[in-house]
Order: sequence, then C-alpha cells, then structure tokens
Amino acid sequence: MNLVVLPVIIPLFATGLSLLAHRTLLLQRIIGVATTVGSLGIAIALLVEVEADGIQAHTIGAWPAGVGITLVADLASSMFLVVSLVVIVVVQVFAIGQGADAARPRFAQPVYLVLAAGVSMSFLTGDLFNLFVAFEVMLIASYVLLTFGAGAAQIRTGMTYVVINVLASTMLLSTVGLIYGATGTVDMAQLVTRFPELPGPTQLALGLLLLAVFAIKAALFPFFFWLPDSYPTAPIVVTAVFAGLLTKVGVYTMIRATSILGLDDARTALVVVASITMVVGVVGAIVQGDMKRILSFHIISQVGYMIMGLAVGTVAGLTGAVLYVVHHIPVKTALFLVSGLVEQATGTATLNRLGGLVRRAPVVAALFVVPALSLAGIPPFSGFLAKLAVISAGLDAEEYVMVAASLVASLLTVFSMSKIWAGAFWGSPAEGENGEPGDDSPLPIDKVTVGATAALVLATLVVPIFGGEVYDLAERAAEQLLDPAVYVEAVNNQ
Amino acid sequence: MTLVLAILVAWLFGVGTYLVLQRALTRIVLGIGLLGHGAVMLLITVGGRAGDPPIVGKDDDGVGVAAPLPQAFALTAIVIGFGVTAFLLALAYRSWVTTNNDEVQDDIEDRRVARRTADDEGQMRDTGDHADIVDDEAEAES
Repeated sequence: MNLVVLPVIIPLFATGLSLLAHRTLLLQRIIGVATTVGSLGIAIALLVEVEADGIQAHTIGAWPAGVGITLVADLASSMFLVVSLVVIVVVQVFAIGQGADAARPRFAQPVYLVLAAGVSMSFLTGDLFNLFVAFEVMLIASYVLLTFGAGAAQIRTGMTYVVINVLASTMLLSTVGLIYGATGTVDMAQLVTRFPELPGPTQLALGLLLLAVFAIKAALFPFFFWLPDSYPTAPIVVTAVFAGLLTKVGVYTMIRATSILGLDDARTALVVVASITMVVGVVGAIVQGDMKRILSFHIISQVGYMIMGLAVGTVAGLTGAVLYVVHHIPVKTALFLVSGLVEQATGTATLNRLGGLVRRAPVVAALFVVPALSLAGIPPFSGFLAKLAVISAGLDAEEYVMVAASLVASLLTVFSMSKIWAGAFWGSPAEGENGEPGDDSPLPIDKVTVGATAALVLATLVVPIFGGEVYDLAERAAEQLLDPAVYVEAVNNQ
Repeated sequence: MTLVLAILVAWLFGVGTYLVLQRALTRIVLGIGLLGHGAVMLLITVGGRAGDPPIVGKDDDGVGVAAPLPQAFALTAIVIGFGVTAFLLALAYRSWVTTNNDEVQDDIEDRRVARRTADDEGQMRDTGDHADIVDDEAEAES
C-alpha cells in the first residue's frame, strides 16, 4: 500500500465512524483527533519518503495511465500537506476546547474530517478532473461548516461564499472539459507533453481560464471580494481553518498548473495581478475596525506575495512562493485563533470596544505579537525569511514595480498590525456606553484553547529556527516544480 | 448535431449567467443549475460526435465511438451538481425564513466602514450598534 493514498482515505473512512458515533461526543472527539493526528503522522512519513526517494505516485485501481485517478506527492505538495494537517489538528483541539463541536445534531466533527480529506486530495491529485472533485469535497464541507446552525448574518455571507464558489467550480468543470477536448486527457503527467503541442493562443486561453478559476479560489485581485465578506461572520474556528487552508489550496493549484502547463505567456498577467493584490488587500485592511475583518483583508494581501514568487517564475521565485505558503498557513491561523481567544474572553473583536488586554491577558498578547510580527516580515520570524526570498527573487528578475508594491504592502501590514495592537492590547480598557470606566480585571484563561494556540505559535518558530534546512527543502521543491519531466517519470514508473 | 449541442451549451451559459446576476436568491439558484447543465453538456459534446456510443471494442480504431471518459466526468458532475443545488435551495429557504426576504442583502459592516470614512473629520464615531444601519436599510427600501 502506497502512503500517498492514506491521507485521503483515512479521514473519509473516519467520517463514517464519526457519524455512527454521533450519540457520544467523547467518542467522536477521540475518532476525530486520532484521525487528524494519524494523517499528520502519515503526511510527515510521506514527506520523508519523498525527500529520500523522489516523487511518489499511485494510480488507484491499477487503471492504465490517463484513465485512472492518480495521486502524486512531490516535495511541494507533501510540504503543504504537512503544514495544513498541523493547522487542522490545532484548530480541531481549539474547537474541542471551545465546545464548538457539541451542537446537535453532531455534524461538526464528521464534516471537519471531510474537509481534511478534501484538502489532502487537492494537494495530492495528479488529475485535473479529480482536482475538481477534491475541490467539491472540500467546498461542500466548508459550506456546511460556514452555515451550520447559523443566524441571519451568517446565512447572508454564507450565501455569497457558496454562490461564488459554485460558480468557480462550474467554470473549472467547463475548463477541464475544454482541456480534454483539446488534448484528449486530464492526467497531469500526460498534459506535460500534450499541452505544449497545442497552438499558442489555445494554450494561453485554456491556461488563463484555469488560472482565473484558481484565482477566484485564492482570492486574488479582481476576484477577492467574496472573502472579507464571508470569513469574519463565521465561528472563529471555521474562519481560522478556512483562512489558513482554503485560499492556499487555490495558490497551490496555480503553482501546480503553471508547473504542468508551462504558461510562460501568462507571467505578465500574474505580475500585474500579484502587485495589485498585495496593495489592495492591505489598503482594505487599514480602514477596518474589527480584528477579524482586518485579518481577512490581510489574507488577500499575503496571497499576493505568494503569486509574486510564482510570477517571477525562477527557482528563487518559486522557492519564495513555497516558503511563503509554508510560513503563512500556521501564522494566519494563529492570528485568527488569537482573535478567537480575545472574542471568547471579552465577547467582542471590535477594536474600539477593546483595550488594555496586555495587562488583562498577557499570555494572549504574547501569542498575538509573535505571529503579527511574523506576518509583517520582521526578523527573525518566519515571515522575514519568506518575504526576503520572494523580494530578492523579484529583484533578481528585475520586476522593480512589483517589488516596490510588495514593500509598500509590507509597511502597511506593520501599520495595521500595530492598529490591532494599539486598539486591543495597549491602553486602558474601553469605556462602557455611558462613560463608566472599563473592566480592568484579569481575564480567565482557558487552558485548552490557549494551549492549542500556543502550540501553533511555537510551530511557526520552527521555520526560522531551521531556516537553512527549510530553505533548502523549498528550493528542491521549486526545482521539481520547474522540471515536470521528473513528475512524468515518477507517474509512469510507479 | 454537435453544432446544435454547442449552441445549446452557449444558450445555457448565457441564460444561467443572466439569472445569477439577479438579486432574488431563487433565480440565482436556478441560474447556477442552468450553468451546471451547460457544463455537463459541454463535457458530453467534448467526448465525440453526438449520438456515438461510449463503448470501445477490442479491435476498434476509435471511429464511430464517443470517448467514455467525459461521460464518466458528466455523471460525477451531475451527482455533485445535484447535491450542491439541494444545499443551495435549503440555504435560500433558510435565508427566507430568517429575513422573510428572498433578496441578497448588502454587507452591514461594509456600509458601516463606508459611513465612517464619509464622516467629516474621519474620526471614529462608530459606536458599534446597528441603529444607523437599520436607518440606512429603511431608506434603501423606501
């Protein structure tokens, strides 16, 4: 049995068990955590195997090449898989600590496992149509998580999210159909050789269509508007896992699509889109007055940096993009979890109703500072490493406008992070509605949720501590991505 | 026949897009359904000449036979589309129950931000309650 299959199959199998166990919350939780922790272990084993023996591939059911569903793990996808599963485990523990999975009927744990399976399948698939299925598995789980037991506000924003994603999926399905019509295959390994045989304009049209679909998923300019609308109203555990994972799956598929299909003609478009995305996202964040909304707009800006690495297109650029995804997934989730802690303790995440948290809850303040500085790219945290890699690649490629945009966005990121810091953590507690002084007593600390957040924050420190090793790994992942022949060989010789 | 199918695909996409751009949720759901049908028809059309069976015999050179793969795709897509449409209908119904309204609502927080930026000094006058927004909505409806 090949390891590649397990991160997809195990969560789906456990979903069934979890549904059967719906009467006993404790049993559901044990199944859930055991599954995600087990998947994480397998993902780490897979990364070690890929690192040692090269790309791993498995075609399910022994179908001939191009017909069956192929799952492939290369360095980039297995790195992303490991980081994603770390986040999935942490958010699950956080949700258990909050009791967010206790609502009846008990669908939260099973649906969460489906989400895990969908994310894993999106990273591992070696087949465009199966990618569509993986997206659907992931998205349908996300629709349920987003709207389950929701009130009017959440239904309204959930509707936007569902409609835009269903439209994107329909576009993806049509594009996959058109690619099949043009090349006679949807298998990524076969597309490596067949796609370049198409006439140039056909290549560009199909490639741009595919990239546009993934750009909707990744919330790039001009397709970002759904994200800050729908994320902040959801329960914090849902937002945290979406913020960490879903847009990054979109980024991964963009990286994969350019790796498989070439698409050198699309780079100019990517440069423009990346520059605008970085600036627009952060400018949107500045005017917001709510922690969760500020953080949601930051996702957009940060995705721009990843696409900046991709747009450069050199080994250094792709290394930067891979590093950026690895840095961003845990950092962003940690920030959302901190805003969840603030909301849990004080009942609000609106900045001008908060204040003085640095004295009332020093642990939470410390947990905010590390990922916030990391997001802004302050040394020595992981964001510095990732930003340095992306920006130096941009300078080498002489994309000065894009580099300037990224530096401006970086500065504004510091500004909006300090806005959260000044609004929520510094100063004195906000006054009540009638001017009475705010509550200055220490806030209760919930061990499980704070512990889960702390674990994730510590995990973000792994990247800077092992900076050299992580950079080497990302560089080798980028070399694999730029040389699809290795990928084809691994799929054909499985 | 393939041309007819191609025109049908274009028609479905056109009508679906028009419906999705409406403000009523039921129309959006119908539009999404039509777009999904358009995509499925596209998959079928891509598979080969209309009317050919998707069976490959052992000594077949592929003439007069439709590719079976897109048909498998189409089946999968239909199943997924069915599930998603059912979910959307449930969501639209829930939206109607909670707001007693079938229209897509504006983003309250967006309006609040817009309002705050429009304030003369640009200072934070936001008190966090929704009273001004409710006024806004009343104005919008009248």
